Amino acid sequence: MDKPVNNRAWFLVLPVLVLVAFSAVIPLMTVVNYSVQDTFGNNQFFWNGLGWFQEVLDSDRIRAALGRQILFSAIILAIEIPLGIFVALNMPKRGFWASVVLVLMALPLLIPWNVVGTIWQVFGRVDIGLLGHTLAAMGFDYNYVNDPVDAWATIVVMDVWHWTSLVALLCYAGLQSIPDAYYQAARIDQASRWAVFRHIELPKMSGVLLIAVLLRFMDSFMIYTEPFVLTGGGPGNATTFLSIDLVKTAIGQFDLGPAAAFSLIYFLVILLISWVFYTVMTAQKDAP
Amino acid sequence: MTLELRGIARQVGADHHIHPTDLVLERGTMNVLLGPTLAGKTTLMRLMAGLDAPTAGRLVWNGQDVTGQRVQDRRVAMVYQQFINYPSMSVYDNIASPLRLQGVARAEIDRRVRETAALMRLTPMLDRRPLELSGGQQQRTALARALVKGAGLVLLDEPLANLDYKLREELRAEIPRIFERSGAIFVYATTEPEEALLLGGNTATLWQGRVTQFGPTAQVYRAPVDAVTARVFSDPPMNFAAVRVAGGQAALDGGRWPVGRLADGDYQAGFRAAHLRLDPTPGAIPLAARLDVTEITGAETFLHLSRGPDRWVGLIEGVHRPPEGAALTVWLDPAHVYLFGPDGRMARPAPYAQAA
Amino acid sequence: MARITLDALAHSYLPAPRGEDDFALKPMTMTWQDGGAYALLGSSGCGKTTLLNIISGLLVPSRGRVLFGDRDVTTLPTAARNIAQVFQFPVVYDTMTVRDNLAFPLKNRGMPAARIAARVAEVAAMIGMADALDRRARGLTADAKQKISLGRGMVRQDVNAILFDEPLTVIDPHMKWELRTQLKSLHRQFGHTMIYVTHDQTEALTFADQVVVMSEGRVVQAGTPQALFDRPEHTFVGYFIGSPGMNLLDAEVRGDRALIAGAQVALPGDHGLPQGRVQIGIRPEFVTPAEGGRGEEGGGLPFRLERVEDVGHHRILRGRVGDQPLTMLLPEDHALPAGIDRAVPATAHLHVYADDWRVPPVAGERAD
Repeated sequence: MDKPVNNRAWFLVLPVLVLVAFSAVIPLMTVVNYSVQDTFGNNQFFWNGLGWFQEVLDSDRIRAALGRQILFSAIILAIEIPLGIFVALNMPKRGFWASVVLVLMALPLLIPWNVVGTIWQVFGRVDIGLLGHTLAAMGFDYNYVNDPVDAWATIVVMDVWHWTSLVALLCYAGLQSIPDAYYQAARIDQASRWAVFRHIELPKMSGVLLIAVLLRFMDSFMIYTEPFVLTGGGPGNATTFLSIDLVKTAIGQFDLGPAAAFSLIYFLVILLISWVFYTVMTAQKDAP
Repeated sequence: MTLELRGIARQVGADHHIHPTDLVLERGTMNVLLGPTLAGKTTLMRLMAGLDAPTAGRLVWNGQDVTGQRVQDRRVAMVYQQFINYPSMSVYDNIASPLRLQGVARAEIDRRVRETAALMRLTPMLDRRPLELSGGQQQRTALARALVKGAGLVLLDEPLANLDYKLREELRAEIPRIFERSGAIFVYATTEPEEALLLGGNTATLWQGRVTQFGPTAQVYRAPVDAVTARVFSDPPMNFAAVRVAGGQAALDGGRWPVGRLADGDYQAGFRAAHLRLDPTPGAIPLAARLDVTEITGAETFLHLSRGPDRWVGLIEGVHRPPEGAALTVWLDPAHVYLFGPDGRMARPAPYAQAA
Repeated sequence: MARITLDALAHSYLPAPRGEDDFALKPMTMTWQDGGAYALLGSSGCGKTTLLNIISGLLVPSRGRVLFGDRDVTTLPTAARNIAQVFQFPVVYDTMTVRDNLAFPLKNRGMPAARIAARVAEVAAMIGMADALDRRARGLTADAKQKISLGRGMVRQDVNAILFDEPLTVIDPHMKWELRTQLKSLHRQFGHTMIYVTHDQTEALTFADQVVVMSEGRVVQAGTPQALFDRPEHTFVGYFIGSPGMNLLDAEVRGDRALIAGAQVALPGDHGLPQGRVQIGIRPEFVTPAEGGRGEEGGGLPFRLERVEDVGHHRILRGRVGDQPLTMLLPEDHALPAGIDRAVPATAHLHVYADDWRVPPVAGERAD
């Protein structure tokens, strides 16, 4: 049903538009501005056209970082989405324990990013960290500072610990909206547990699942703080993801032109992949 | 006080939600919008209220053009199928809420709330919260809120649909009594012909976004202008059969009856379930059908009949158990038969309806 | 298929019920024959849904037993009871086609594909969806989805019972006629035991051979539609069955006479001297309006007409006898007398109630 046309409503939106303009559009324009110019200091700028974009796209270093980034997001989604669904399916549906579990699940989400990094940095240390020490004591040769595989594993486990609850809570909300009659009908039809999941729970969760996938993709693709605190991008460049690389370029070397071009490409990549996810997941829903 | 719809239409893309419609609703009348789901009842109401803007036509209130005026600026009240009240307020505060918004004085609010509550039989529940009440009482609260405003136009969108059968029956009998006193224009949407008949007043029948007929309820019921209106306004559904008219005589199943100066040709005969009989009455013609199923309510018997491609329902008083799945002869008095032309328009009304 | 026995069944939602008021379902014993069509009729909160949930296995009753045939199923879960159920709102598997929806209960029980196909085709034809078998269930109208739900309920032939929980709620009036007829012919064709829960008397009466009327957790009467209409055992049944419901007038009863609002009417037999709150019940169908009453015996009750409602094939006359409301029905083809001031009840259809329960004539009455 259509809403009545009321042009006065636009005035109410105006403050938001102004805010967005200041917080997003103007900085973005600055970035665009930098990305097509070169400077040698003294506030003197020279037109550089698409030169920086060319340089960024040709850079082996950045390509490697992009590869790592895609791999990381893929691993994160492959673990957190199924795990989140699994956790949601096994959460108590109502009563006292439902509330307790909800609070426990929400806890990791409340911890600031850099604190998460710090916690795991300490937790994983071989000398004083509980995890690192225990693993070493059990005879594993674990050291996230020196070993790239260990570093990756630690970051992945850290992210899973931090964010699976979000997926689980979203799915839980989706599951809660399914009327009991569906489960009862399924029992009467003698549907298997798998069939209940496949034909009742999954379709009813598809809406929130789309949001979960998009959120987790975008967030993991932009991950910065936790690996920065934990490994600083090392050992070597093993955990230098796009954002870490970008900061190194922009702040470390103060190459504003390439950094700006890099940012824009980064932004477009995220937009493109999000769009693909969205299209694929909603197309399946609209099919006759 | 009148509400006039002049060529009001609403189109969304290529869809005609409401075809151009002219209606004049008078002060102090009950106007029923009768039609199946998706016929356009709710859309038409939203246009009347000003919740939706028409794509064509004018809306005139007391001679003044109010098309495009915001709903907040008009004296309109609406009651929905769902029981919509403020759950955190008492029944008293719920009823008082529109008056408080209007800035009415305290003493006056108190007087009007108590008066409306008494009318709606809510006086003992004034201190309770809506969710502690039964469905019927919740809907009475919503009705009271609509009434207390003194709105000139009160729109009721299937207000009884979510109530139990018996509660519905009671409120149906009460609503005309309550609304006769208020002097406002009432518009009441329903899918049930029986409800329209019980409410009386005027009825507009709707079918696929078109008002097919508007007039006094009993007249629309007994003298429908076309087959569509007759079908919309019949429950059980109206029965139809193909008949041939030749030389001023209609023929159906071997039975013949005079139809005046009706032109020769093919017609659709329409008759209501209650007019089929199991025993011959004077002048009745026999019809051979097959009895598929009988349904017995204790007071009445429904006969579900088939005759070639046609499906008929007969409503017979009392309890009857003719053998199911067998041939059955039913009787029909031609005085109860409407004839519709090939275009669906009424060609000859049922004589009994004209006499009444 | 099986006979269903409810043996001294009662249920309370409280862990330690004390008085009778704590019971949502008061003690009841009942037997439903194999292949019968039964309806549980009552307003919301009368306990009919509680009873349905006990039969379907969703609830374990606080007291008593449920037997399917000779087997005690009181504590068995739903899946082990071999029943089918159709809910108030359509329950379909959105991702499946109509065909797969109908086949689902059969596939899960490992029926051979050829038999499934035959059975699905049969049911699809019955619910009028043979053309739509390959469509995805998502995007169908509520009517169509509910038909699929009905079809899924019917598809298994070996069920003990099919339970219907107000299945026509979301259906348009015209479609209701069609679906009700289909249900009825399906019942005749397959002979399933069917239990139909509803607040709608028309649905209950037209569907069932036996209607169980419930009020406040109690079964007030179980019987054929005709018995409920002709001889309500409780004033609630009189009020709830029939539209409008039965007229109930406070009266004084002495033997075969009743005194109502100063007028005397003859009763269909000697009712003795009933105690408590005594009322006379008469259905609106069996009261006729009359004019110019002379107040003598047989002249009926003094009546003040207040309102006439034309409902098509009859008119409802509302008014009062003394200060008590009374309604009458007048068929469409009967003229409305000009100065109505009497209401004449048909003696054979008068009933006497004491404290809401029916008092039979002392000499007994012939059985129907």
